[in-house]
Amino acid sequence: MTRFLIPVVVFAVLAGILYVGVVRSPNRSTMQSALLGKPAPDFSLPVLGEPGRKLSLADLKGRPWVLNVWGTWCPECRVEHQALLDIARENRVTFVGLNWKDEDAAALQWLEQLGNPYHVVAVDADGRTAIDFGVYGAPETFFVDANGQVQYRHVGAMTPEVWSREFASRLPAGVLP
Amino acid sequence: MIPELGQFALILALVLCGAQAVFGLVGAHLRDERWQSVVRPAVAGQFVLVSTAIAALVHAFVSFDFSVTYVASNSNSALPTFYRVAAVWGAHEGSMLLWIWIISVWTLAVAVFSRHLPPTFASRVMGVLGIVSFGFVLFTLATSNPFDRLPLDQIPADGRDLNPVLQDPALAIHPPLLYVGYVGFAVAFSFACAAMLEGKFDQAWARWTRPWTTLAWCFLSVGIALGSWWAYYELGWGGYWFWDPVENASFMPWLIGTALIHSLAVTEKRGLFKSWTLLLAILAFSMSLLGTFLVRSGVLTSVHSFAADPTRGMFILGFVGVVITAALSLYAWRARELRSTAGFEGTSRDAFLLYNNIFLIIATVIVFIGTLAPLVNDAFGLRTISVGEKWFTQMFPPVFLALSAVVAIGLHAAWKRGRLADSRSRILLGFGIASALGLTLIYGAYGPGKGMSVVGVVFGLWVIVSSLFDPVDRWRRKLSLPRAIVGMTIAHIGLGVGVIAVSTVESYTVERDIALGPGETATLGRYAYRFDKLEPVEGPNYDGVRAQITVLRDGKPITILHPEKRNYWVQRSTMTEAGIESRWNMDLFVALGEDLGGGRWSIRAQLRPLIDYVWLAAALMALGGILAATDRRYRTRVEEEAGARSAVAEAT
Repeated sequence: MTRFLIPVVVFAVLAGILYVGVVRSPNRSTMQSALLGKPAPDFSLPVLGEPGRKLSLADLKGRPWVLNVWGTWCPECRVEHQALLDIARENRVTFVGLNWKDEDAAALQWLEQLGNPYHVVAVDADGRTAIDFGVYGAPETFFVDANGQVQYRHVGAMTPEVWSREFASRLPAGVLP
Repeated sequence: MIPELGQFALILALVLCGAQAVFGLVGAHLRDERWQSVVRPAVAGQFVLVSTAIAALVHAFVSFDFSVTYVASNSNSALPTFYRVAAVWGAHEGSMLLWIWIISVWTLAVAVFSRHLPPTFASRVMGVLGIVSFGFVLFTLATSNPFDRLPLDQIPADGRDLNPVLQDPALAIHPPLLYVGYVGFAVAFSFACAAMLEGKFDQAWARWTRPWTTLAWCFLSVGIALGSWWAYYELGWGGYWFWDPVENASFMPWLIGTALIHSLAVTEKRGLFKSWTLLLAILAFSMSLLGTFLVRSGVLTSVHSFAADPTRGMFILGFVGVVITAALSLYAWRARELRSTAGFEGTSRDAFLLYNNIFLIIATVIVFIGTLAPLVNDAFGLRTISVGEKWFTQMFPPVFLALSAVVAIGLHAAWKRGRLADSRSRILLGFGIASALGLTLIYGAYGPGKGMSVVGVVFGLWVIVSSLFDPVDRWRRKLSLPRAIVGMTIAHIGLGVGVIAVSTVESYTVERDIALGPGETATLGRYAYRFDKLEPVEGPNYDGVRAQITVLRDGKPITILHPEKRNYWVQRSTMTEAGIESRWNMDLFVALGEDLGGGRWSIRAQLRPLIDYVWLAAALMALGGILAATDRRYRTRVEEEAGARSAVAEAT
């Protein structure tokens, strides 16, 4: 009779594996980023809404910062926007937006309508910088430490849970000046 | 207002699903007719309510109600009406609603066509279906509500548009067909659970279950084929199967379902394999549920999956876990009571159907391991196991070739005491004809053969030739030719055609990726592709370029192809529309790659022999299945059983 128990046992093991897979799937998004623990790739991009100004990696040296990749064409970005605004209100870290393959007018209008969580938004019109960061879909969010090293990558919409668990925990206490 | 109506209908449907489950299962247990009499009205009500819900969502799409989040994310004012309707299942939330609606249709069909079954059994079947529906309606309401509204200040003037990948006729109908197949295995599953609860599992059970299972399998076959066809001409890579996790998620239930319909045949004809058939019925639907979990939780990234959402994954996993654990525990408890009384010879038809099942299970395990290995790697931080496309392409063909041989030989075997010696001459004759035809075909049409392709073509032909022996025999002896036999023959011919087509297209495709400017030509053997010119095109919600490419054979023009590259305005994504001409023996295929500047474009040009026969194979299998499922004997038996039951009712 024991042989008829085999299927349910096999299934239980499989369900356990799938459970671990689901539980760890937020972590899974850290993955395959060859950049983790490595210096953030260099870039020099125009700043949204400030013609003539450029933002480069050097401007961000010496303090931790967060890069959020977004576009007005991306529905999930709309989903995470409220979470980003809440995070920005905490004002604990320099928050950089990377406006990916978008149009400036649409992006400015988006920020005006929905609110602007970013300290500065870099315009990555041709997607070159996103490729250097290994982005494969918006939204994605990176944590870069004070030494300019990428410490964390989150794929998909930002949530308060992910923020407090993976990002806020890596920050020094206190708010920005 | 109408979206709220839809949501309200869905909430009421949840209540009725619960009623259907409780009254069906408890009523059957108590043998209380009043309890059981509630089940069919609950099923009908649930169908009406879920239909109302899906109609409300269709209405929201057709009337451009961008205050509904799901509509705003998946539609646009420039989207043609046909795609606005198809957009209902264009993303997660609506797909779940479609899933629920389809299970309500299947349940309704069971309610209507189960009146000849013992009442407690029918109640239990619908009760189990009620549990499954309940779980998915609850899942949709709790984690994936398609009727959610946007806050008033965030309602966009226009929607974000349907993913352009999905704006295609084949893809618009591919998900519904696939779901009809997926969900249809829920019926076989419920029949199995009901039989285990009832403690009665006989040959009649197998006969009741067969047509439902076969029909679900037919829909799944067509659904998978449509998806593959779409990938072929829309993704612009020229392939028809990518071993993508989502494709695999539909292929595994198909493989198990194929095993199940054959195992059911043995159980019905010979009363054998009872516990095995039960297990397969549970497994087929488990594979459907696993597929739903893999696709919907986003644990596996693929071209199909969207942002991962752990809550959804957890919910489905929990629900699937409960359902399958319950079914398998019930199985562990009941299956040991089942004893097959009859024996069979190692070379009888019974035995060959067992071998068929074994190979189908091996094939499923291969796909299963290949699909889940990345997940296991991630979950346990292993980096050593590497499973890629190579895993599938190396492991799968030998198993399927062996399966073909089993089919070709097994078709000659007789039930029970069959000995191969009796039909040795027919087997050898069939193999001789197939070898002669196959080798002539390969060397005549394609030149020196490559190992696997020769075997594939010969074995495929062998299956076709073998499957013709019995019908031809019956015809010559002026015996009746029941629809079930015709259906089986057509489906087996489909298998043969498929094996031949895949072997040929895998071995003899000619392809070149080349940069061409206007007036330049790329040669592929006797054929040449000449890039004539490029012109702009504009559609309802996109613009783009269309190339004119003349195909020449031996220097003479034979046709003109028009591949396109489209930019969809709203989502700003680029899609390729390949230029394809299907001829009886091959496809001429060309897709536009990148604009290299200076009027030059990268071009992918291919000659794909027999590729259309891959889909023809699926169509033949489905046609055969439909013929077999509608065989007269299921209907006449139904009338007899109903007659017998009313006679008993009158007598008591």
